[in-house]
Amino acid sequence: MIPRKLLCAAAALCALLMGCVSATAETVKVGIIGPFSGPFAAQGKNFQAGVEAYMARNGKAVKGNDIEVIYRDLPTANPAQARALAQELVVKDKVQYLGGVYFTPDAMAIAPLLQQANVPLVIFNAATSAIVQQSPLVVRTSFTTAQTTTPLGKVAIENGVKKVISAVTDYGPGVDAENAFKKAFEAAGGQVVEAIRMPLNTTDFSPIMQRVRDSGAEGVFAFLPSGPPTLGFVKAFNETGLKQAGVKFFATGDLTQESDLPALGDSAVGILTGFHYAVSHDSPENKAFVEAATKVLGNPELLSFPAVGAYDGMHVIYKMIEATDGKQDAEKAVAAVKGLAWASPRGPVSIDPETRHVTQNIYLREVAKGSDGKSLNKEIRTFENQKDPGLAK
Amino acid sequence: MQSILSIATDALAYSMALFIICIGLSLTMGLMRVVNLAHGAFAMIGGYIASYVARDLGLGYSVAIGLAVAGTVLISIPVERFLIRRIYGSSELTQVLMTIGITFCVIGITNYFFGPTLKTIPLPSLLAQPVDIGFRTISAQRLFVMLCGVAVAAGLWFLIEKTSFGIKLRATVDNAAMTDALGVRTQVIYGLSFALAIGLAAFGGVAGAEFLPIEPYYALRYMVLFLVVVSVGGAGSILGTVVACLLLGAVDTTGRYLMPDFGNFFFYAAVIAIVCLFPRGFLGRAQ
Repeated sequence: MIPRKLLCAAAALCALLMGCVSATAETVKVGIIGPFSGPFAAQGKNFQAGVEAYMARNGKAVKGNDIEVIYRDLPTANPAQARALAQELVVKDKVQYLGGVYFTPDAMAIAPLLQQANVPLVIFNAATSAIVQQSPLVVRTSFTTAQTTTPLGKVAIENGVKKVISAVTDYGPGVDAENAFKKAFEAAGGQVVEAIRMPLNTTDFSPIMQRVRDSGAEGVFAFLPSGPPTLGFVKAFNETGLKQAGVKFFATGDLTQESDLPALGDSAVGILTGFHYAVSHDSPENKAFVEAATKVLGNPELLSFPAVGAYDGMHVIYKMIEATDGKQDAEKAVAAVKGLAWASPRGPVSIDPETRHVTQNIYLREVAKGSDGKSLNKEIRTFENQKDPGLAK
Repeated sequence: MQSILSIATDALAYSMALFIICIGLSLTMGLMRVVNLAHGAFAMIGGYIASYVARDLGLGYSVAIGLAVAGTVLISIPVERFLIRRIYGSSELTQVLMTIGITFCVIGITNYFFGPTLKTIPLPSLLAQPVDIGFRTISAQRLFVMLCGVAVAAGLWFLIEKTSFGIKLRATVDNAAMTDALGVRTQVIYGLSFALAIGLAAFGGVAGAEFLPIEPYYALRYMVLFLVVVSVGGAGSILGTVVACLLLGAVDTTGRYLMPDFGNFFFYAAVIAIVCLFPRGFLGRAQ
């Protein structure tokens, strides 16, 4: 007769051993912070589409480690809430990787936490150059405004435009765009006659167009956040006769993102933009990505650039998990992806080892009508392997 | 000189769009003494209905306007009957709380059904083309808005000064109890006035969609703007609202031309100055 105490001890030992065996295949948790509700919910949906498209195509596990994605909602630029959400994800949910972040101030608020948390942050969107300098554990797979704007300076000169008036929205990315364009355009021999900064809540752009007309500029460079301001600006440009007068319009792709093109309609046709991704990009990777992401979104018209930032961000996270074997080691993870190169749906990309920002092709696109009558961004020129000029000293 | 005329034209178009939306709020606040912060929400609903009818159903612009006004008024009837009627005569705080609550509900509902992107109202080709008025080209739609603003002002003036409904309305405003005692059905007058105000809001939402784009947060975004215009003009006065819209529209447009960086500063500076000089607005009535 085995004594009861011995039986109990043996049972406990077995349970403990079984517990240890299952613990070797851990679940790696990834926390994604994005605008899943509120005015920017469409962009948050794009984040989710990119993440789920990647996981659908590449499986939900890396080297035996299951991957669990936790989404946290941050509807607007709110640094205090961003910090709180990041802390909650790290401490309570025990995530190994943080991803997402649409707005720059939120990324800036999260960066100081990373060292102590031993968690890298992969940015899917926030586009100000200085973010990657806030912490050595920040990697970005989206773009910067400086990166997408700089080629436009050369394009403007080549289109015979010597005098440009710049009109940007008065906030971080807008000022970045203005400075980047000015630098590139003046380096190519052009002159920025006037630099207008418009308040974020401007809805009536006719007075601005009047100033454009009065300045005698041959071209306008514009940057506005996507949504109502963009529509108003483009419409005002057409309605006040500037388009007919031959004034050229240059902008970053934020103004003509595919989800806004149906609302802009015919008024947008002919606008030249510089950007890192067009849904119409012709490559097998993009075809597969668009198919997978559209399946998640449900409506193909919603697909836009944040989805590709998320898709590539997940690729980087998967590579990090592979390199660390599912263990939490932020420095090893980031070191492993420095210099990583792969074929993204947007084109060939790589992570710059010094800045941890993505080096990629920037395309010059023109808004045109596709064969199905719908507007799209047609890539007409490629500027290869562009780094972030905002960080180049 | 061209610049001055151009600014004046833009200011006039913007003022008229603002006028059509705000006159309804002026009526509600001045005549019915209800601080209706949900006014912008009804303008937004009008815009959404018009966008749906014109874009998704493909019917014409005039049909869209008609259905938008009718639809919004229909929606406002139960809101007035069950919610607004409770707050007639209540303290202003109660009215604000109720109407802001309605605003947030409307925002949530439109966001859920229509999504967060902005909706445009496709214009007929007649209105979409630029028109050369000599010193510059202007969108025909803006000329249309100006005409509508003038028409609304004239029509309301006629309604209030020259019709029997207008007489009953003015009587109800001056002394509701006495008017009721004289046999006028004040509840009906209130209901009709509210419907008129909401109908104008919906019309303004559609006509002004070029200046104030239709998206779920419209109701909240422009709430202060509408409230300020009505307060400066004096609640309940058509002429006051016209003057306020023209003046504030001019200040805003000129300010944004001369110094765009300053944004709304000039607008609100003008508001502060005017309210200091005219505490009840330009032509507001004594309470």
